Amino acid sequence: MAAAVVPTTTWYLILAAALFAIGMTGVLVRRNPLIMFMCIELMLNAVNLTFVALATELTDINGQTAVFFVLVVAAAEVVVGLGIIVSIMRRRQQATADDLAALKG
Amino acid sequence: MDLFVFVCAAIMVLVGALGVVLRSNPVHAALSMILTLFGVAVLFVAREANFLAAVQVIVYAGAIVVLFLFVIMLLGVDRAEDLRAEPLGNIQRPLALVLGVGMFAVLAGAIVRSRESLRFRGEGVDTATLEDADGNIRQIARSIFGDYVVAFELTSVLLIVAVVGTVVLARRRKSERTPS
Amino acid sequence: MFAAETLTGPSIPWFTLSPLLALLIGACVLMLGGSLLPQWPRGLYGIVTALSAATSIVLCFFLWDNLSDGRPETIIGDALAFDHFAVLGTISICVAVLLASLTTSDYLVREGEDGPELFVLYLSAAIGGIVMVAAQDLIVLFLGLETLSLALYVLAASNRRREESQEAGLKYFILGGFSSAFFLYGIALIYGATKHTNLGRIMETLSSQQAFPRNDVLLLAGVGLLLVGLAFKVAAVPFQVWTPDVYQGAPTPVTSFMASAGKTAAFAALLRVSVTALESRVDDWRPVVWVLAVLSLVVGSVLAVTQTNVKRMLAYSSISHAGFILLGVEAASHTGSASAADGIASAMTYLLLYTVLVIGTFTIVGLVAGRGDSASNLTDFRGLGRRRPALALALTVFLLAQAGMPLTSGFVAKFGVIRAAVETSSYAIAIIAMLASVIGAFLYLRIMVSAWMEDAEGQDAAPPVPFLSGLAVTAAVAFTLVVGIVPGWLLDATRQVITLAGR
Repeated sequence: MAAAVVPTTTWYLILAAALFAIGMTGVLVRRNPLIMFMCIELMLNAVNLTFVALATELTDINGQTAVFFVLVVAAAEVVVGLGIIVSIMRRRQQATADDLAALKG
Repeated sequence: MDLFVFVCAAIMVLVGALGVVLRSNPVHAALSMILTLFGVAVLFVAREANFLAAVQVIVYAGAIVVLFLFVIMLLGVDRAEDLRAEPLGNIQRPLALVLGVGMFAVLAGAIVRSRESLRFRGEGVDTATLEDADGNIRQIARSIFGDYVVAFELTSVLLIVAVVGTVVLARRRKSERTPS
Repeated sequence: MFAAETLTGPSIPWFTLSPLLALLIGACVLMLGGSLLPQWPRGLYGIVTALSAATSIVLCFFLWDNLSDGRPETIIGDALAFDHFAVLGTISICVAVLLASLTTSDYLVREGEDGPELFVLYLSAAIGGIVMVAAQDLIVLFLGLETLSLALYVLAASNRRREESQEAGLKYFILGGFSSAFFLYGIALIYGATKHTNLGRIMETLSSQQAFPRNDVLLLAGVGLLLVGLAFKVAAVPFQVWTPDVYQGAPTPVTSFMASAGKTAAFAALLRVSVTALESRVDDWRPVVWVLAVLSLVVGSVLAVTQTNVKRMLAYSSISHAGFILLGVEAASHTGSASAADGIASAMTYLLLYTVLVIGTFTIVGLVAGRGDSASNLTDFRGLGRRRPALALALTVFLLAQAGMPLTSGFVAKFGVIRAAVETSSYAIAIIAMLASVIGAFLYLRIMVSAWMEDAEGQDAAPPVPFLSGLAVTAAVAFTLVVGIVPGWLLDATRQVITLAGR
């Protein structure tokens, strides 16, 4: 009986929406920049999943191409982001590891 | 069978994602992220995007997460941080939760309601078959070097920015080399 | 079957791309020359950057002339648009590179550093921005946006001696990545609803009414997310939280580049997407733009007055300027009205004029703040009129222009968008804009009073004005006044930007 149920595109899209919402919540609740950044990666993965699910549904290859570009962007973003995080955290360790407070706001 | 794969992969994705958000130790969070990334890759295969599934595993799990782990180790922040001690206003955490749930509700509502509106159809997606094992790759290549050639060329500039950016951020200047 | 297949890519009109190529060549020269040759003479990196930006501007003038004869078109497989709108946006961004590279050169001397990296990042950021201005495809737009943003993150964090700079970079990076994810999800949903990422084809799909229902929620969700992403980038309230911190923390020349080129690119993209692809959905996105505009005007102007740091003040003032530009976007949404196109023209003119103004202002702030950008409080400007009359005079011109005084370019800019709003019968928002302008004037007055009327206690050192910065400030003052006194030529020229390619 369960074999009759086939996951449709809608299932994939809802799963992606859930992943996106979890990532978004994570960025908002966590304060460790590394983890916030991981949550952003989760959001990008949600987008990738959406694109792939839609590409199959719409039988259009451009959705998959878009994922390819998102991957490139994610890789570049990681390089730059971790560079910034490393340079700021290395400095922090000498002082006390406190939160971002030099700029009020 | 399809259902089984989907449910397993979905559980991987969601458990991994919740792990990233909830685990207090950055290493555990990074490992949870691998779970999510593999789940997404499985779903890619289920949707017959074989090339992207491979790229997802190689680039994300292979490169990005490893980079994350390197940074965590390099900085020595692999100890657990106390989640409750994070300086958050009392209001911010519930508010974020409400926002997250609201976001999901809006998106899911939009997706369910527009189930019927995904009505456009393209020229078809090639998938790997026994006769033509790399049809998917060829089709993506045509798309990248055809319609999206500008985007492809622009990625070269993007990567230059990444490289130059790291040089700016990581290079030690003469004045900094002297120990303080 | 396999081997015989040849791939015929789209044809590439090289001359049309020449402004981009000029910047790219400049970046390559800097990178290769900077690493292969020994240390260049001081200032040469900046001059090479400025030269390639200037070449790019000259090429843009040729393209502008060519366009005036022919029709706007889309190039390279409909991925980029070639129209007056794109060329004007390119000119704005190149002007930003030109002025910012001159002031950055002096900034590096002040900080005791040297090197081509920052200039390479300026040029790559400009390439990303120009692609955004011309992008006719959402994926191309996204890549342009990321190229620009990544370069800006690094530039903001580039001063490794100051913790504020690094924090600004981190904050900007996290929030920027966050907003990019929203933007991208919006693209995915729009793709799902229309099967296209190309703006022209999205427009065709959406305007065939019988095939496409008016209230497609997937499309609406996609448009909403796309607008959220872009609103983050243009720093419209309530997505402005990063702006004051980042503007204050980033090195001052970088702040000026961010406020000019970054805003220009994001606004041009917003205009093109909303006016081209979503033309048939103006009723859906107009209220969003309206709310963003009103909030930005009010919040930007009011909070600016409460600040004590000049860089933060100018950050809030840039938020209020974003509100004014959104006024033009709002006017452009009244497609039924004959004056809707004025909205596009006035917003683009505003961006060009604001680019020059904001770079001029921040250059002076940077000169006064001195080494390490340390002295940027309002009190540090005391007695500037006595210490450096010429600098104080230039600052006064810029501030009056930002306030929208007649006979300066700021008046031309603000008058343009308010007139466009009035002509499209958006009276409420026009009145709010005028009120915000009055509140904002108080802020600029505070800085001027500090510079001219108050006396410095124990601050007798006049900030040095290096040659290149002086040149940039002089050029910016001249432009501000010339456009303010004889605006006709510029307005005649920018009236042509209203014909977008593929529309």
